[in-house]
Amino acid sequence: MAQYETVIGLEVHIELATKTKIFCGCSTEFGSAPNTHTCPVCTGMPGSLPVLNKKVVEYAMALGLATNCRITQVCKFDRKNYFYPDNPQNYQISQLYLPIARDGFVEIETAAGKKSVRIHEMHMEEDAGKLVHDEWDDTSLVDYNRSGVPLVEIVSEPDMRSSDEVIAYLEKLRMTAQYLGVSDCKLQEGSMRADVNLSVRRAGTEELGTRTEMKNLNSFKAIAHAIEGERARQIELLEAGKEVVQETRRWDDNKESSYAMRSKEDAQDYRYFPEPDLVPVVISDEWIREVKARQPELRPEKLERYSREFDIPRYDAELITESKKVADLFEKTVELCGKPKKVSNWIMGEMFRLMKERGMEAEELAFSPENLAKLIDLADEGTISSSVAKKVFEKIFTDNVDPEKYVEEQGLKTVNDEGALKEAVEKVLADNPQAVADYKGGKQKAFGALMGQSMRALKGKADPASVTKMIKELLEEQ
Amino acid sequence: MANKISDETIEYVGILAKLELSDEEKEEAKADMEKMLDYIDTLNELDTTGIEPMSHVFPVNNVFREDVVTNGDGREETLANAPQRKEDSFEVPRTIG
Repeated sequence: MAQYETVIGLEVHIELATKTKIFCGCSTEFGSAPNTHTCPVCTGMPGSLPVLNKKVVEYAMALGLATNCRITQVCKFDRKNYFYPDNPQNYQISQLYLPIARDGFVEIETAAGKKSVRIHEMHMEEDAGKLVHDEWDDTSLVDYNRSGVPLVEIVSEPDMRSSDEVIAYLEKLRMTAQYLGVSDCKLQEGSMRADVNLSVRRAGTEELGTRTEMKNLNSFKAIAHAIEGERARQIELLEAGKEVVQETRRWDDNKESSYAMRSKEDAQDYRYFPEPDLVPVVISDEWIREVKARQPELRPEKLERYSREFDIPRYDAELITESKKVADLFEKTVELCGKPKKVSNWIMGEMFRLMKERGMEAEELAFSPENLAKLIDLADEGTISSSVAKKVFEKIFTDNVDPEKYVEEQGLKTVNDEGALKEAVEKVLADNPQAVADYKGGKQKAFGALMGQSMRALKGKADPASVTKMIKELLEEQ
Repeated sequence: MANKISDETIEYVGILAKLELSDEEKEEAKADMEKMLDYIDTLNELDTTGIEPMSHVFPVNNVFREDVVTNGDGREETLANAPQRKEDSFEVPRTIG
């Protein structure tokens, strides 16, 4: 079989973290009862008039500037016409002719080193409502809370060649948006969504093949699977002497396959025209400078500062700053307890382990830096042993417990009392005469058994070094 | 009348606008659209070389609102217009097979 190259371009939608919708004063809060955040503007009532949210323009500018785009200093909105129940106006207000930003790029890390992915353009638009399909009934339910929530759509050039590059590009965009504070980019909640444009061509050729567009991809895993699947499907068609049809396909994550959307869902003639209800946006050099000046510390600067301020390995710093949420947690905890190395160890070790075990995203972390700082102090003072500290950490991670109270209530303090320690170890030795005899007969392994029994008897609350010392002393006395 | 609208065009425009037209209505719509295109032809007689296309007649720009929540629970008012309501949602024919 001939070698094929995959060519991928992405359309990424990012929901902006404004308090209100793009054209009206309705709240954008996620998870409220259906249709509570609606008004005549975002439900397309005749006679209602949209007024642009200034913050949307500033967030879109920030994102454009951080991705090396050129800001379009006179930009306008256009109407994109289509009928679908999620769209009560029968048009979406978007930008076609003069989008807010153009010609940018981001750098991604690939297996073969650094690579630049170009951004064709970035435009502001409104989101549509949400449809819930009834499994039993032949109906769909419509909730317009999301109708009019501000989006930025970022259109890349077809610069990606594999699913790994696509994921790296998405992670880069997500990190940038989160660091800027313009979006939380939660894929599960749909605040970041990607449509994949993919074609294949014989390796070594320049001409692009016919592409398809895939929609409904709501996790990195689904995106990777959809790319692998679509690549294989197109190659199979070409190898069989057939042609790839330019169409929109919908990914079904449960079946792990895609199907062509019916032409009804896919009327591509949107009859765009300038939006008559909104006046142009004129962005002065000064406004651009203001937005730039407000730009918070991004990851490269943060890494730089970590290496200056904290004595932690570069590798740790890189993992911690991969998510703004984790970086914030790290910095606040260090501020409270003043022990960067220890905070980094807890994050790199136990926290990442638990997140991996539970398949959690950084955005889902819900414990407070205060509690982690207290735990580190408790362990440092020797109030609790390291094994107890791990258990308490898990409680903090899961339920955000106050470790001081929890240790007190559960009686987890280290047994520092020489008498209690001696008593426990004496009992273990008396109960295990065989192990004692084995050890004295030269079997080193038997010591481990005695150690284990003693720690268990003390419920892990003793410092292992003191227990070892006590066992040795008592064995010598015998 | 210089402009002619074909049967295919009127059919296509009908699909885009989600309109079902009888043969009689189609003929009427054709005649109306031909008149509109003729009028555009009249406008096209003007020399507009060097004139920027505009989408607004007034020299107004940058009309913004601040990002402050001003609307409360609009559920009842919004749903009052629902042809069919199920709990707090609009109920429509199933959109995906």
